[in-house]
Amino acid sequence: MTKDIIVQRERRVGWLLVLPALLLLLGVFAYPIGQAFWQSLFNQNLGTQLTSEFTGLSNYARMTQDGRFWQTMWNTSVFTFFSVFFEFLLGLGVALVLNQSFRGRGIVRTVAILPWALPTALIALAWTWIFNDQYGIVNDILLRLGLIQTGINWLGNPTLAMGAVIFADVWKTTPFISILLLAGLQSISEDLYEAHRIDGASPWQSFRQITLPLLMPQIVIALLFRFAQAFGIFDLIAVMTGGGPGGATETVSLYIYSTVMRYLDFGYGAALVVVTFVLLILVVAIAAFFLNRSRAKARGVN
Amino acid sequence: MTQTDLKPTQAHTTNAPALEVRSLNKTFAPTVVPVKNLNLTVERGEFLTLLGPSGCGKSTVLRMIAGLEHPTKGQVLIDGEDVTRLSPSDRNIAMVFQSYALYPHMTVHDNIASGLKLRRIPKGDIEDRIRDVVDFLGLHELLNRKPGQLSGGQRQRVAVARTLVRRPSVFLLDEPLSNLDALLRENVRAELKQLFESQQAPVVYVTHDQVEAMTLSSKVAVLNEGYLQQLDTPERIYTHPANRFVAGFVGSPQMNFLTLPCDGQSVTLGNRRAPLPTEVRTDAKEITLGIRPEHVRLAREGESPTVEGTVSLVEHLGMHKLYTVQVPGKMPMTVRSLIPLSHTHSDRPIKLVFSGNAIHWFDAETGDRLNQD
Ligand SMILES: Nc1ncnc2c1ncn2[C@@H]1O[C@H](COP(=O)(O)OP(=O)(O)O)[C@@H](O)[C@H]1O
Ligand SMILES: [Mg+2]
Repeated sequence: MTKDIIVQRERRVGWLLVLPALLLLLGVFAYPIGQAFWQSLFNQNLGTQLTSEFTGLSNYARMTQDGRFWQTMWNTSVFTFFSVFFEFLLGLGVALVLNQSFRGRGIVRTVAILPWALPTALIALAWTWIFNDQYGIVNDILLRLGLIQTGINWLGNPTLAMGAVIFADVWKTTPFISILLLAGLQSISEDLYEAHRIDGASPWQSFRQITLPLLMPQIVIALLFRFAQAFGIFDLIAVMTGGGPGGATETVSLYIYSTVMRYLDFGYGAALVVVTFVLLILVVAIAAFFLNRSRAKARGVN
Repeated sequence: MTQTDLKPTQAHTTNAPALEVRSLNKTFAPTVVPVKNLNLTVERGEFLTLLGPSGCGKSTVLRMIAGLEHPTKGQVLIDGEDVTRLSPSDRNIAMVFQSYALYPHMTVHDNIASGLKLRRIPKGDIEDRIRDVVDFLGLHELLNRKPGQLSGGQRQRVAVARTLVRRPSVFLLDEPLSNLDALLRENVRAELKQLFESQQAPVVYVTHDQVEAMTLSSKVAVLNEGYLQQLDTPERIYTHPANRFVAGFVGSPQMNFLTLPCDGQSVTLGNRRAPLPTEVRTDAKEITLGIRPEHVRLAREGESPTVEGTVSLVEHLGMHKLYTVQVPGKMPMTVRSLIPLSHTHSDRPIKLVFSGNAIHWFDAETGDRLNQD
């Protein structure tokens, strides 16, 4: 059974090669997460008491009663759903356009990535000014067009503020999705579209039957990345609204930040981290499952 | 009116050829003109091969017939109907791509069914037609596999099945054998020949391989640099090449070309003068003689040789040996000759005879054929 020996040796070499990366991951991920979980079992609030005290799962029990936690959970979900949804639609559209050959495509591609390449904190600052009720360009345009009589306080209204941060996030991260999907589109051979046309397909049928299934691995990856990032959104919202008005745009990350850094409630903060982490892992695991399946499908095995 | 005729591709004009291209031109850029003024007709049941070196515009012609490329000038007619402006999906043609272009995410069954589903053929009919084709090509075991799990030869068969099941007006094949290894290619070639002989619709087949062209076709169109060089049966292409390009491209080992001094009536060949055939008489100072290596033989005892020279290279081709002979003289020449295996090569000068009726004469400047037979 020479084959088995070769397979075994390859396995061993494989493990050897990933070992350094695994150790590193253990050090920078597993250890802090484990530490957070340990800490979440204690009541440790530097603001009210100095010694930590083991309280078991009481922090988790507190969470179920914590209205602010559920509110931020809801805000995060709304933000994640709408931003990823629009980013995906727009990103796919942009990728399809950029996949066509036209004059100046190179320049358009470069320009299209720019928002993604700029630092989020600066972008957020810019959007804060764009949506400013007194001096913002959005209100200026609407006033000039005669669509409104007085300036709208975009970041001061709960619903509008959520809309504004989603809008800014879509603007910033659509390029990420389009670049990822563009790479996927370019790997689909032109022959397939031509064969499909000869088979009698319309462009829409080709999109449904060729593009979408073969692009599925990239779509799942893009959605996965964006989901994880949007779920942990911090910088953009911290700069634009600081979670306001009245907690209307406060996400879980912002709440954890306040709990730990402002209220110095380390035990409860750690419990929040653990719950968020578990939720994320769950979604990522499900997505990874679909990813593997769609990959195998697109590659033509299975 | 109760019309039960299920063949929408029936010719409107009964005498029209199944496929015709009229003064077809394609220009990609001012300097890239892969197809120049091409006229072709293909009748029902015919197998036409477009033969030419790589880059001569064969695929471009095929893609214009398919509608994947729009001609700069000219027309494409299928069953007498001008389809130049129709999209590929409205032309009822089927094509095998060089890469096969199988849909990687679909099973073999779905690959074959795709064209029928898109044309809204009733489900029962689709399954019937697939069963016919699958029986015919022996693809039963593969129906539920994906292209990624097939060998090159199997993929090729699936690609062919996908075209057969469509029952198109014209079959187009772009170098369908070029991705197969040599042995498999020979088998599949024979199989393709049988397969398309049983089809009514004409076949346009693109290849750069002269053996494929010679063995498969009922008609061969030799292309070079976008121009049609010759359109003829494989036999005629071989025995009566229209010009020096065709003569040199078709046939292996390649034809010998000897450029000889000429005085209008006769030529100087080695140390002899030979009269030119009457229809070849020319004013030019030079003329090109073409002769295939298999028509250059050893001189018999006492026979006066056409040329004499020394052997510089011996290549074993299996059935024969190919000698490369250097012929000295005022104008030294190289002649290659197929020699029986039994002959043993010695250092003495070798005496060769050109079979008189196998000599081709070409204009030394234009390369056009000068003799009629
Ligand atoms: N889309 C295109 N744009 C520009 N030039 C092309 C294009 N397609 C083919 N050509 C050129 O046209 C010529 C003929 O190509 P092709 O028909 O593919 O040749 P063949 O199939 O005989 O090898 C080549 O010189 C090729 O580079
Ligand atoms: Mg080609």
